[in-house]
Amino acid sequence: MTKSNRSKGIDYWLPKLVLSPTIAITTVFIYGFIFLTAALSVTDEPLMTIFSLTNPNIDFTFDFVGLDHYVKLFENDRWNGALLNLGIFGVLFIGICMIVGLIFAILLDQNIRAEGALRTIYLYPMALSFIVTGTVWKWILNPTVGIEKFMQDIGFTSFTFDWIVDPQMAIYTVVIAGIWQSSGFVMAIFLAGLRGIDTSIIKAAQLDGASLFSVYTRIIIPSMRPVFFSAFVMLAHIAIKSFDLIMALTGGGPGNATDVPAIFMYQFSFTRSQYDMGATSAMIMLMGVAAILIPYLYSELRGEKQ
Amino acid sequence: MSIKVQDTRYKDITARSILYAVLVIAAIYYLAPLFLMIITSFRSMDEIRVGQLIEWPKSFSLDAWAAAWNQVQIGAREELGLKPYFINSIKMVIPSVAISTLLGALNGYVLSFWKFRGSEIFFALLLAGCFLPFQAILLPHSIVLGKLQLTGTVSGLVMTHVIYGVAFTTLFFRNYYVNLPGELIKAAKLDGAGFWMIFYRIILPLSTPIIVVSVIWQFTQIWNDFLFGVVFSDPDSQPVTVGLNNMVNSTTGEKRYNVDMAGAIIAALPTVIVYVVAGKYFVRGLTAGSVKG
Amino acid sequence: MFKKTLLAMALGGTIAATAQAGEVEVLHWWTSGGEAKSIAVLKEMVNDAGHSWKDFAVAGGGGENAYTVLRSRAVSGNAPASAQIKGLEIQEWGDLGFLADLSDVAEDNNWDSILPAVVSDVMKHDGKFVAAPVNVHRVNWMWANKAVLEEHGVKAPTSLDELWAASDKLKAAGITPIAHGGQPWQDATTFESIVLAVGGADFFSQVFVDHDQAALESDTMKTAFEEFGKVKQYIDKGAPGRDWNVATGMVIKGEAAFQFMGDWAKGEFSAAGKQPGADYYCLPFPGTEGEFTFNIDSLAMFKQRSSENEEAQMKMAELILSPEFQDVFNMNKGSIPVRLDQDMSGFDSCAQASMDTFKATSASGEGLVPSMAHGMSTTSAIQGAIYDVATDFFNSDMSADEAVLKLSRAVRAAQ
Repeated sequence: MTKSNRSKGIDYWLPKLVLSPTIAITTVFIYGFIFLTAALSVTDEPLMTIFSLTNPNIDFTFDFVGLDHYVKLFENDRWNGALLNLGIFGVLFIGICMIVGLIFAILLDQNIRAEGALRTIYLYPMALSFIVTGTVWKWILNPTVGIEKFMQDIGFTSFTFDWIVDPQMAIYTVVIAGIWQSSGFVMAIFLAGLRGIDTSIIKAAQLDGASLFSVYTRIIIPSMRPVFFSAFVMLAHIAIKSFDLIMALTGGGPGNATDVPAIFMYQFSFTRSQYDMGATSAMIMLMGVAAILIPYLYSELRGEKQ
Repeated sequence: MSIKVQDTRYKDITARSILYAVLVIAAIYYLAPLFLMIITSFRSMDEIRVGQLIEWPKSFSLDAWAAAWNQVQIGAREELGLKPYFINSIKMVIPSVAISTLLGALNGYVLSFWKFRGSEIFFALLLAGCFLPFQAILLPHSIVLGKLQLTGTVSGLVMTHVIYGVAFTTLFFRNYYVNLPGELIKAAKLDGAGFWMIFYRIILPLSTPIIVVSVIWQFTQIWNDFLFGVVFSDPDSQPVTVGLNNMVNSTTGEKRYNVDMAGAIIAALPTVIVYVVAGKYFVRGLTAGSVKG
Repeated sequence: MFKKTLLAMALGGTIAATAQAGEVEVLHWWTSGGEAKSIAVLKEMVNDAGHSWKDFAVAGGGGENAYTVLRSRAVSGNAPASAQIKGLEIQEWGDLGFLADLSDVAEDNNWDSILPAVVSDVMKHDGKFVAAPVNVHRVNWMWANKAVLEEHGVKAPTSLDELWAASDKLKAAGITPIAHGGQPWQDATTFESIVLAVGGADFFSQVFVDHDQAALESDTMKTAFEEFGKVKQYIDKGAPGRDWNVATGMVIKGEAAFQFMGDWAKGEFSAAGKQPGADYYCLPFPGTEGEFTFNIDSLAMFKQRSSENEEAQMKMAELILSPEFQDVFNMNKGSIPVRLDQDMSGFDSCAQASMDTFKATSASGEGLVPSMAHGMSTTSAIQGAIYDVATDFFNSDMSADEAVLKLSRAVRAAQ
């Protein structure tokens, strides 16, 4: 009896002990830093403040300025352009990746002969760093050396594909490269979802005379709701953090035509010594993430209680 | 398992060929950039200069590969080529993946079978942490690394990758474990098996598919990372992505497309190999429950 | 016995400290061929002096990544011994209290008398030297391929109008008149040269140094934008995103006739074995003859914890100003030495012309202006704001009127 009690004691504390490093990490390195960033976004000279934390030569300063930096941020043309670009990129990137991923998952699910090989081919771009993806797509899309010149040289003299140098269209080249990189991964997630479905329901439906199309649209796809959510969250995460890809592909150009919030934040914080704008834009990005994530987490946690 | 297609229309050869045609065309689209990288890396610069970027090599040469690996002068460094960077990446990626996966497995185990008050909320908060834009935490994180005397070290990079990767690994393991039958654990608990015993004897042997997913994911993320790699490293610990970036920017006059492409492939090789070799298990692991909910 | 050894070691340590080998960690983004060759010279000299060099190269985006690394290292309390920062950036770091005092080295080596005031002003914080200048670049250059000009019967243009006329002629002949790299800093480099050509040196200072609102909104500014807009029709399709040295390569190979770039472009010509006057021309940017937009590269020195490293750092500062280093480095990089007493006989005609203009303008005080595009004239915040407007204008169909308004607004907001 006493032994059982003691082991219960250990088993009561042990899980908490095991989780405690992660709890500590999360508290300091995620929420602590978010709090710090929030504080910096409302102080007059955030860079001074942050350096004063480690450099004894600087007196600690914290002059509260309220939402001044936020007002200034939204008066900045570049920031507003960056938000718009993220909107265009995010919607197209997530939307097309989901559609392409789903279609190829369904196609691959039709007892395809070389499924393993094809799946690997679709999936491998995910293994490349965005730096590599950006660099190679930059060469392909460049009109003076890439696909446009290639097509013209083999005889299609009127062929043009110069989106990457066209400020109006450049953002769509980022979408193309992004889809190339990530759609295979979405396909893998959907394929996994399809394989996880209870086949007896499908067989029953088919016995009832349902066509393949309606089996997919009526039964399979609706039952994959959680998979859609997983894919959506992964893609949203890639889209909002999109940085490496754009830096390598267009550097945010032509002009600032493919600027996005992550690049804006990086440049203003580190090259332009405007840490106020950097911290403020970080907070806006976090709020954007929260707006997407809270409904997801809510449904996730609620779903489990049911 | 996949649906056995009984529908007669799909036995139709034309429909079947269209299906294959679509899949093959898509495969070409996915393969084209890699193909371009590979053929260009075998061409000589003389050939590229007079010809064009997209062209079949007239002669195969491994010079560009050798140059990218250990001959190109990057900055004013003693050691040449990508080799030292590549070794740094290996030193960084192995401990990072091992630690973050282990930690994720333990966390997932606790969050699935040893729930306590607040553990669900903690999980939600941890998950939200995945979405932190990393550019925002560079300076605060630098302060902490400085206090721990880890600035610019491989250990510092490992710590950084573990901290910002553990949310993902926890998510994978937790979502996998909640789909395991709970009775198994309950029975074991009744038999008097403790926390560690259940983990070693029951949970770990069942975890292979999700360990594969976690390892592949973490390996890819950490190997390919540029931001942490460039900011938290010093010359003795810069990873291969930083080396590649430096190399691509080390040109004089003309871009050495062949060397750049060879370098890009070298930098991508480990992750591509992992995907090709373990890709099968990746989808299997995802199927095994990690994508549910 | 053991104690004795320990004591001896400790004593030996303190005595030897004055001659002990230290390490200098140098954070820079000089990775392109000519630049890397130049910085390697300094590395050799530091090694020869018995110290070791830790090369911290971080390429990309005009130092963007390197600046991030520097901030990260500084805030962590482990600043590198030296970093490639310049202009007003030096003052910002000085204000934060990170920079080392180079007064002793400067006094021992008479920096105050060998450096022109315009250079030493930038290197000092609170009246003390905190950075060592490596060179003076002239930004308002135009590079031209001699063979291309001769083949098409084009004379070297000396005014903007002549430039456009020449460009029209070349374009009609199927040559890309202007090799341009469409990156914000390159757009800004071209823009500032045009402002100098249109408005002159005084106007340039009003706009880019004093940020005088009347000047920013003036008709002269509008004309400058209109002239800047004309460049667009003479560049090729592949320009956006192109690196500057690739654009220089186009002029070297004769694919393009002109490039507007500072004299670091000459390093690329030299690396390709081309001779000034024989293969290419270095010309003042049309309409800016006798004027000099300066861009001074420097290595700022950060406070160090270890005395050995500090010693190595001071040694490096001394070496940077040595005539030998100034000679070799600047011949590689295309710039001119910072020392007014430097023997220029080993340099080519472009560098000699550059030095003559530099001396003349700094003596008369007229025509010598700090480069906005390269962080000499204003804070990085205002510089960034000007970049944004210039590059937006260059990459859209924004009107000159609108650009003037946007510019004055952006500069105000960044102040």
